[in-house]
Amino acid sequence: MNKLRNFLANEANHSFLIPIIAIALGFLAGSVIMIFSGLNPIDLFTSFIRAVTGINLPNLFTAGSAFNARYFGEFFVYSIPLILTGLSVSFAFRTGLFNIGGEGQVMIGALAASYAGLMLSLPPVIFPVVVLLAGATGGAFWGFIPGILKAKFRVHEVVVTIMLNYTALYVSNYYIRALPESSSTRTADLPARATLQSDFLSSITNNSRLHWGFLVVIVCAVLFYFIINKTTFGYELKSVGFNPLASEYAGMKVQRNAALSMTIAGALSGLAGAILVVGTFGYGRVLGSFENYGFDGIAVALVGGSTALGSVLAGLLFGGLKASQTIMQISRIPRDIAIIIIAIIIVFVAMKYPIKQALIKLKVEEGEQ
Amino acid sequence: MAYAIEMLGITKEFPGIKANDQVDLKVREGEIHALLGENGAGKSTLMSVLFGLYQPEEGEIKVRGEKVEITDPKVADKLGIGMVHQHFKLVEDFTVTENIILGDEPRKSFRRIDMKSARDKVKEISDLYGLRVEADAKIIDISVGMQQRAEILKTLYRKADILILDEPTAVLTPQEIRELMKIMKDLVKEGKTIVLITHKLREIKEVADRCTVLRKGKYIGTVDVAETSEEEMAEMMVGREVSFEVKKEPAKPKEVVLQLKDLWVKDSRKLDAVKGLSLEVRAGEITSIAGIDGNGQSELMEAITGLREVEKGSIILNGESIEKLSTRQKTLKGIGHIPEDRQKRGLVLDFNLEENMILQTYFQAPFSKNGILQFDEIRKFSDDRIKEFDVRSGQGSVSSARGMSGGNQQKAIVARELYRSPDLLIAAQPTRGLDVGAIEYIHERLIEERDKGRAILLMSLELDEVLNLSDRIAVIYEGEIVDIVQADKTDENQLGLMMAGSKKKEVEEVE
Repeated sequence: MNKLRNFLANEANHSFLIPIIAIALGFLAGSVIMIFSGLNPIDLFTSFIRAVTGINLPNLFTAGSAFNARYFGEFFVYSIPLILTGLSVSFAFRTGLFNIGGEGQVMIGALAASYAGLMLSLPPVIFPVVVLLAGATGGAFWGFIPGILKAKFRVHEVVVTIMLNYTALYVSNYYIRALPESSSTRTADLPARATLQSDFLSSITNNSRLHWGFLVVIVCAVLFYFIINKTTFGYELKSVGFNPLASEYAGMKVQRNAALSMTIAGALSGLAGAILVVGTFGYGRVLGSFENYGFDGIAVALVGGSTALGSVLAGLLFGGLKASQTIMQISRIPRDIAIIIIAIIIVFVAMKYPIKQALIKLKVEEGEQ
Repeated sequence: MAYAIEMLGITKEFPGIKANDQVDLKVREGEIHALLGENGAGKSTLMSVLFGLYQPEEGEIKVRGEKVEITDPKVADKLGIGMVHQHFKLVEDFTVTENIILGDEPRKSFRRIDMKSARDKVKEISDLYGLRVEADAKIIDISVGMQQRAEILKTLYRKADILILDEPTAVLTPQEIRELMKIMKDLVKEGKTIVLITHKLREIKEVADRCTVLRKGKYIGTVDVAETSEEEMAEMMVGREVSFEVKKEPAKPKEVVLQLKDLWVKDSRKLDAVKGLSLEVRAGEITSIAGIDGNGQSELMEAITGLREVEKGSIILNGESIEKLSTRQKTLKGIGHIPEDRQKRGLVLDFNLEENMILQTYFQAPFSKNGILQFDEIRKFSDDRIKEFDVRSGQGSVSSARGMSGGNQQKAIVARELYRSPDLLIAAQPTRGLDVGAIEYIHERLIEERDKGRAILLMSLELDEVLNLSDRIAVIYEGEIVDIVQADKTDENQLGLMMAGSKKKEVEEVE
């Protein structure tokens, strides 16, 4: 018992304990709200487990179908773009910048990927790589704009990225419709060899939309970790993020690093957009409004503590919650419950200081048994 | 004699440390009682307990003989305890009067503020204690000394008769310090009691009646100032013998390393801060810039190191013009810089110690190979510097810089800068806020560098430091060098007057 208390009180463990506690409290609060609404909170957990693992607990010992791999596949489909936008926000944040523009970068990435996929014709394997790179470049450009404005004219990146989100929405809708064969809601299907879709992955997950995009996520997360933790470039970015004045004193180019960091962050979000096109859907879409990939990325980064692994785990959690919304609706739980839970988790992560204080108080005093 | 304050057996713990461990403080009515101790000795904690900001775990407090529970600053206020903080708590855009009455405004009908009676009251108190504040001047327009007097007046307006002054002289010029000493004596004459928090022994000697010494959170003793020498008090404070004199041989100046010619620099508000300044700094010599804060010395230092743009004029290092170069290029050309604000400029507090040790050299071999950090080399380097400079921290190279004491943070910076053995070392306020032991150590290392034949440009607001450490002193006033004097041929008085803008010759005529 004392060991557990000291484990909880040790500040070295707080970086992962606080998100876990916040998540637990989020689910707890969600359950309480369900009870007050006359719903059974157990359904929440069975839906979530079903969305993440494909196992349908209530049917486990009955004649009904107890396992459906499709859910498992869809869970990844939901998570992939969230992890990427989470990495995007995290990367900028390590340099002390708030990338609120993930949304717009996703859309420009999707636009660039749609154009590359529909206008070019390349051999298999190379084709999707080029399409992904086009998406990353598009997003990078959309991140570079606030980056360079910040560097040259000290315009705050939050203002610029928010405005660019709206710009991206209308620009991408206009150009998606301008493509030959586009309808008012979408482009034509991309050629199959340009996409990341895979019959094999689909077949092992009972016809889900699972695609090779998860490899992109793994590569990005590893690169993120490597750059931030192992390279001089990452050292500079962190230094600039923690203390721009000291970085200037040390001779680092603070402004250039800010612009670079936003560009890379934009590329990560752009990749998310490209994957939506070549992985999830297989075509470019005209959007009525924001889809919140970029904004959810902020939450992912927050819960994941702006680290590579944290963003992956938090992205999986939020992806799971998103995926469970459809299942929850089957059990007649309003999908808003999932949104409420996400919101509450974010509130508790934002309240990390009181949680930290509470944990520190658990420390076993000398002499106390 | 009756005690104004008795704090008995005060113990206050924070996670990991006992900031106060059975501390006693007995202040007699009508005396100036100094509270002496190094940084982190527990002075501020003790005063925060008295002021109601912290609740002690053990111990009791008596005010004028009566046991009291000071649960928050309002209680302290009611008991007539007033505090003047080191960093003033004034609204810059308000006038002196408005600041003084803030939170305790005299009213007319309909809750309107009665400014006339407020102003009269302020003037009355100001005259009574000789505080000479301009009741209608805005805070931003008055000198630091007058701001401080406004703070004192604020406590008096609230009818405090026990005043706590926290490091009051840190921001003042020698003349202003003298004035403050006189005010303190006048206040005591009028029946007030003063607790003076400081680590400057000379000031204690000058004004205090008794002195209580703390060391590492423990009560060491209370002495009569008249019967105790400065050396004895220093020993009580540090726990060992301390030398005040910086031991150094006469300088052997060699070639000119740094030459400033007609240098013009603007401050952050785009006003001229350095105005056509020329100066030479030689190898093997410590040249210092003395002046009252805000006379362009900070901008000058930043211009030399590349942190601030040079408007006009030239900076010549070893015969080469460098005014257009970036900070990185200047660093590589051989400029070391101990920055004025170690927490803002000198360290990345969220980095650990070893990451801070490579702040300017992280991209060079052996710390980086093809852009990848070599953690083994970094650790080795950091461990060596820590050992060499006796940097004390919880976990050595991996301690967080934020958790280290000011003295050890500064030692880490000095270790880093001196290792590169720069031709020119810019040392801006290298011992600000440090305690006697750390000051002694850093001074010794700077002298050592000088004797190795490096050029050192020192900027300090502490006249003691300027006089003790430097060989030549350039006095700066409103962005210009008023005069350059040999350190051993001047004294505090002369410097003080020159810092206020008089030329040396004029000073001599006055005398």
